[in-house]
Amino acid sequence: MKIIVSIKQVPDTSGKVAVNPDGTLNRASMQTITNPDDMNALEAALKMKDATGCKVVVVTMGPPPAAGMLREALAMGADEAILVSAREFGGSDTYATSQILAAAVNRIGVEADDIVMCGRQAIDGDTAQVGPQMAEKLHLPQITYAADITKEGNTVTVKRMLEDGYMTIKTQTPCLITCIKELNEPRYMSVGGVFEAYGKPLTTYGYDDLKDDPLIDATTIGLKGSPTNIFKSFTPPQKGAGMMLEGADKATCEKLAGILAAKHII
Amino acid sequence: FNSADIAAFKDVWVFCEQREGKLMPTDFELISKGRDLANELGVNLCGLLLGGEGIEAAAKELGGYGADKVYVCESPMLSVYNTDAYAKVICDVIEELKPEAFLIGATNIGRDLAPRCAARLHTGLCADCTHLDIDVANYIQFLREASTLDVDSQKWDMEDRNLKMTRPAFGGHLMATIICPRFRPCMATVRPGVMKKNPFDQAKADACVIEKPAFTLGEADVKTEVTEVVKAAKKLVDLIGADIIVSVGRGISKDVEGGIKLAEELAAELGGVVGGSRATIDSGWLSADHQVGQTGKTVHPKVYVALGISGAIQHKAGMQDSECIIAVNKNDTAPIFEIADYGICGDLFKVTPLLTEAIRAAKAAK
Repeated sequence: MKIIVSIKQVPDTSGKVAVNPDGTLNRASMQTITNPDDMNALEAALKMKDATGCKVVVVTMGPPPAAGMLREALAMGADEAILVSAREFGGSDTYATSQILAAAVNRIGVEADDIVMCGRQAIDGDTAQVGPQMAEKLHLPQITYAADITKEGNTVTVKRMLEDGYMTIKTQTPCLITCIKELNEPRYMSVGGVFEAYGKPLTTYGYDDLKDDPLIDATTIGLKGSPTNIFKSFTPPQKGAGMMLEGADKATCEKLAGILAAKHII
Repeated sequence: FNSADIAAFKDVWVFCEQREGKLMPTDFELISKGRDLANELGVNLCGLLLGGEGIEAAAKELGGYGADKVYVCESPMLSVYNTDAYAKVICDVIEELKPEAFLIGATNIGRDLAPRCAARLHTGLCADCTHLDIDVANYIQFLREASTLDVDSQKWDMEDRNLKMTRPAFGGHLMATIICPRFRPCMATVRPGVMKKNPFDQAKADACVIEKPAFTLGEADVKTEVTEVVKAAKKLVDLIGADIIVSVGRGISKDVEGGIKLAEELAAELGGVVGGSRATIDSGWLSADHQVGQTGKTVHPKVYVALGISGAIQHKAGMQDSECIIAVNKNDTAPIFEIADYGICGDLFKVTPLLTEAIRAAKAAK
């Protein structure tokens, strides 16, 4: 049995987000991290590895520096890492990204006992689309928003969160599961793990490695193969600075209540 | 099915989600918005409703909010949401009837279903949209109000008929308008609570046409089994529908119960509900249905009161469009003050009871 975990390197949006004068994001000024939901997916895979001794393979698509993030995953306990990186893949929307990642997963190989895991969504794009789109391209059943996963034989049972409760879903492996933070608390890298991480295999799949997959085609990858395009991007106008009420006493509160009354809010 | 044969596609469709046979509030929001888009294109607005036997009875109500027609697919296999079954039926019906735009509510179910269908249909999907346009003149007007772009210096193709799907990125610091020019249907999930609902019109509901398109669905199409659906025991907090929200943040940490009680008293005086930042939910002080922000709910009430909330972008992303924001925070450099209409720098435990009292007095004086 093996678990393939698809992870993404994202800018850390918990810090200050910097926007260039032309309205695009200043990525260079931001730290990068492994996408938080993906950490939960990786932890879920590593827990299964602890329990069953199965193999965990992490895969990411991104520029060469994303290899650093893969080393971190190896240091947490993953066995093998694949970096999917090529100029032809750049500019992909979620449809094109899922085509490429599905082709990479096909090359790794999905066997009867395997599970593919993803995070629910990445904090930079926030689409939550790539997981289900990969599942469709791989012809696998999908379960999204997983808050609890148990596997018995080839049957996987997942607690799938809804806004007002949850549903329990059963399916057979191979399948694809997207994970949320309620699932677990990701572990730290260990010092020994960091040391070992540099001895574990890290492979790069370039365009030539994947080009023979039927999913990879000029009309389905990269900027040209993306069904969606950015028409405009812009920054919203800064809301005018509000009014700071001096003091924090009874008079201040009465003044605010007076303003709210004058505006017919109360 | 050729999704690139754009001329073959017509009409605007809305996926109408039901749970336990009841329509979701997002359906009415999307039907209302879809009505505008269909008018701009000069085409019909159609609902697509999947459910168990008898779901047809719910369909006419959609007409009351603007649907010309509702396509109803009934099967015992569709009574509870199932990705495989729903994707199969929806894709079959879309391949047959070819809508040009397809809107889906960005609920936990919509966000599971939409990408699966978009991948099968080979078309584009834009996630969690907060604004939609067809007409370029309307879009330009929107940019004038909601962007810092110099729209007059740009060239515009006024004949452009693409659906322009606008969504916030990076917590609202950047907005992106996405188009899907080469494939159909053009798909979008729409954030619940963003679009305004039309008033219900009984005459339009009566005039709404119900159609039952043919579809096939068998056991072999479905690889997942839903064994139970459990509702949270607690009643859901209606943050999205609330006009007034009083939210608490990490600032209540020195006396959590007392802080929540003060917020509840203020909310009760204003006629609103209590919300919280992610910090309060992660600490277990409030249940997750209270969470406002990027990973919680997006709200735009008339008044949002932020008590002891610093104003991280993930939080601001969920509330910055509130009509009036009042912030109380000890730290006068807290980012929440950048977007607050009225700010008080002080201890929320002292200020909140005074504010509640002042509002009570002001109401009594009216």
